[in-house]
Amino acid sequence: MVSVAVKGKDNKGVVAKDTSRSGDDHGTPSRYSIKRWLFSTNHKDIGTMYLVFAIFAGLVGGSLSFFMRLELQQPEVQYFLNAGEPDGHMWAVFITAHGLIMVFFTVMPALIGGFGNWFVPLLIGAPDMAFPRMNNISFWLLVPAFGLLVSSMLFGGAGTGWTLYPPLSGLLGHSDPSVDLAIFAMHLAGVSSILGAINFIVTILNMRAPGLALHKMPLFVWATLITAFLLLLTMPVFGGAITMLLADRNFATSFFVAEGGGDPLLFQHLFWFFGHPEVYIMILPAFGIISHIVSTFSRKPVFGYLAMVYAMVSIGFFGSIVWAHHMFTVGMSLAAQSYFTIATLIIAVPTGIKIFSWLATMWGGSISFRVPMLWSLGFIGLFTIGGVTGVVLANGGVDTQLHDTYYVVGHFHYVLSLGSVFAIFAGFYYWFSKMSGCVIPEWAGKVHFWTTFIGVNLTFFPMHFLGLAGMPRRYIDYNEAFAGWNAVASYGSYLSLSSTLFFVVTVVCVLLRGRSAVAANYWGKGADTLEWTVSSPPPYHSFSNPPRIT
Amino acid sequence: MDDRGFLLKISLLYLYYAWMNYLFERQKLYVMRFLQGIFFIGVLLPRVASAEGFAKNWQLGFSEPASPLARRIFGFHDDILLPLTFTICVLVFALGFFICWRFSEKRNKVPSKRTHNSKLEIVWTLIPVVILALISVPSFKLMHAIDDLSDTSFTIKATGHQWYWSYEYPDHEGLTFDSNLVRGDDLRDKSKRLLQTDNALVIPVDQKLRLLITSADVLHSWSVPRLGVKMDAVTGKVNEIWLQADKMGTYYGFCTELCGDGHAYMPVEVRVVSRGEFALWLRDAKKRFAFSSERRNDLSFALRL
Repeated sequence: MVSVAVKGKDNKGVVAKDTSRSGDDHGTPSRYSIKRWLFSTNHKDIGTMYLVFAIFAGLVGGSLSFFMRLELQQPEVQYFLNAGEPDGHMWAVFITAHGLIMVFFTVMPALIGGFGNWFVPLLIGAPDMAFPRMNNISFWLLVPAFGLLVSSMLFGGAGTGWTLYPPLSGLLGHSDPSVDLAIFAMHLAGVSSILGAINFIVTILNMRAPGLALHKMPLFVWATLITAFLLLLTMPVFGGAITMLLADRNFATSFFVAEGGGDPLLFQHLFWFFGHPEVYIMILPAFGIISHIVSTFSRKPVFGYLAMVYAMVSIGFFGSIVWAHHMFTVGMSLAAQSYFTIATLIIAVPTGIKIFSWLATMWGGSISFRVPMLWSLGFIGLFTIGGVTGVVLANGGVDTQLHDTYYVVGHFHYVLSLGSVFAIFAGFYYWFSKMSGCVIPEWAGKVHFWTTFIGVNLTFFPMHFLGLAGMPRRYIDYNEAFAGWNAVASYGSYLSLSSTLFFVVTVVCVLLRGRSAVAANYWGKGADTLEWTVSSPPPYHSFSNPPRIT
Repeated sequence: MDDRGFLLKISLLYLYYAWMNYLFERQKLYVMRFLQGIFFIGVLLPRVASAEGFAKNWQLGFSEPASPLARRIFGFHDDILLPLTFTICVLVFALGFFICWRFSEKRNKVPSKRTHNSKLEIVWTLIPVVILALISVPSFKLMHAIDDLSDTSFTIKATGHQWYWSYEYPDHEGLTFDSNLVRGDDLRDKSKRLLQTDNALVIPVDQKLRLLITSADVLHSWSVPRLGVKMDAVTGKVNEIWLQADKMGTYYGFCTELCGDGHAYMPVEVRVVSRGEFALWLRDAKKRFAFSSERRNDLSFALRL
């Protein structure tokens, strides 16, 4: 991490005094004024709204998965019934909504919208984001997007999987307007992401405090910058693809309609050209957060800072040119399969560099196992498992066996649910007192961590076994031969869901109890980035006078 | 399967070496020995894990392969990928636990300031590169084998429908029939729930066949795990794979591409029989499916015009 020395003797004191002079609560609208939230242009308020929204959406997406696990707990269909018959469509609607909500309305808003908005300006010493009004509309586009997705349920729901593959998502598979509404939802979410990405790029490139060169920038800021570029590059392609799908459905075009000379595989290529960078969009900010936390609690600067930066840059680059490894079984040429195999394997190298650098950061450190550190250690371990199963799946030959089985479900939940989501919780516990001025008791954080850790591993590890045995994903019912591990997975998910509810109740209680006196730098020596130089919570307007980094 | 004892011995031997090296020779070699031991445990694992027949409850690994292709795919996973990834995981976890123990606040009060070690960074970049290069060679060979459609004896065409498969034998007078899931009380063997169909695809043993796969409506995917095949059925596109079973028996598979309401209810059932039995079955099937075959042939004739 970049060590920050602000001009003057005692950097922390100077900056804190500086900002308080610029008016601690001066001009702060009341917490209860509707204008403050609806018309907000303040990066901290918008970040807070993003976090609250992400938690809400996460609970919705999580309860969908609860019903899915409830159904899969034993063979035969018990809950998803329509007039006594298994309702495979409703099942597909649930898996689709779970995927879309978790990706677009939980992980992205939490990592980029939430932590990005809150901490990118603080970490680079900027007073706010570059385009505060655009920031506001980025957030407020997300809310109607979520509404549209939910309203698609009213018309029968989109049961296409989050990948929205035609012809199932075309008129042939869904003749009602539910897929159109889902497409509109993605349009709005996409516009929201693109605007957010532009905002982050401009902010990071133009508004860094004097002396904060790019190669001194904290890793979370680097991660957000790379993420923003990925979003800006790939989201328009996704928007184009779903717009073509919309035209196919409503205006009798045939981009993806084989009868009209179109090609359903074109959609898959366009979708995954976005969809694969999307998984890096969800994991890169997580990498950034983990680097900060590991460094803070080891009381050591990040090992191999430049290697960490360029590992993320190369992950972003290679992540954008490997999309068709999601399509090994569609009937690709041998040459294409070979290319996508080798390109995918290459990503393991920078990812390995990151894992080893985190371990090297801890090596020689003085590690304290506070709650954020526990989540980070969990992240490193579980992400390693998700990473190596990714290496297995990268091989086109083996993927013909494992594609669309539970092995894949296990793999991507290890990198996203146990990777990104662990990093979200790590960041939440790391920065919660900074954001709110309230303190979550250490024991509650530990209970939350351990129950979630056990729960998610019980849920997702057996999925590898199920996948190797051949159980396909997106199945409402399965043969009795898969019953054992499915039951274990279901029990695990009940544990992690209870743990999440415990977390929400804890946070609500803590917030209701109100603020306590929290130091500006409550983690002590290891935390040396700029956000620890302002008070907790920071003043409404921070860094009116930019700090100087030497 | 029978090399389990050998593998157990060799992995224990390496771990014992590692322990001895650590105790007496004070060489850094013990790390290498330790990893070798772990690697062989990794090779051993799938041999304990794999199950015979169709998937079994609490199964940990692949089912028993029944085709040369499945043998190769499973072998690549079990002998190379799994041991490697297992070793990497054990290494990272062991290192992680050691670091947490050795450099905890209690044991190490003063953190070091070291943030760079170029040699180390080069090593942990190059070693993964070498490992991946090593993986890619068998991986390419395997993809090549899957793609090798030479010398197939005859062709079968599978068409995915919402929600059943239909099979066509164009080289056998266009024999055509549908394969629907057997439900509820019609099920002969309750343990084959969601697997058994009314008309299984029947193929002769030890014969390399060409299988064309396409779809009549939305995307489907034709897969039989124990035969090592999975290929998407794409609307407007005919995919081809080869199929060869080297053991007689009945093999079950699935539709593995989300296709709507009945996605879980269109299994694949392949019955592998001797050549003689196949000839008998053909004769009988041509009579039994005369109507559907003729209709299909008329239709395809009409489409060709």
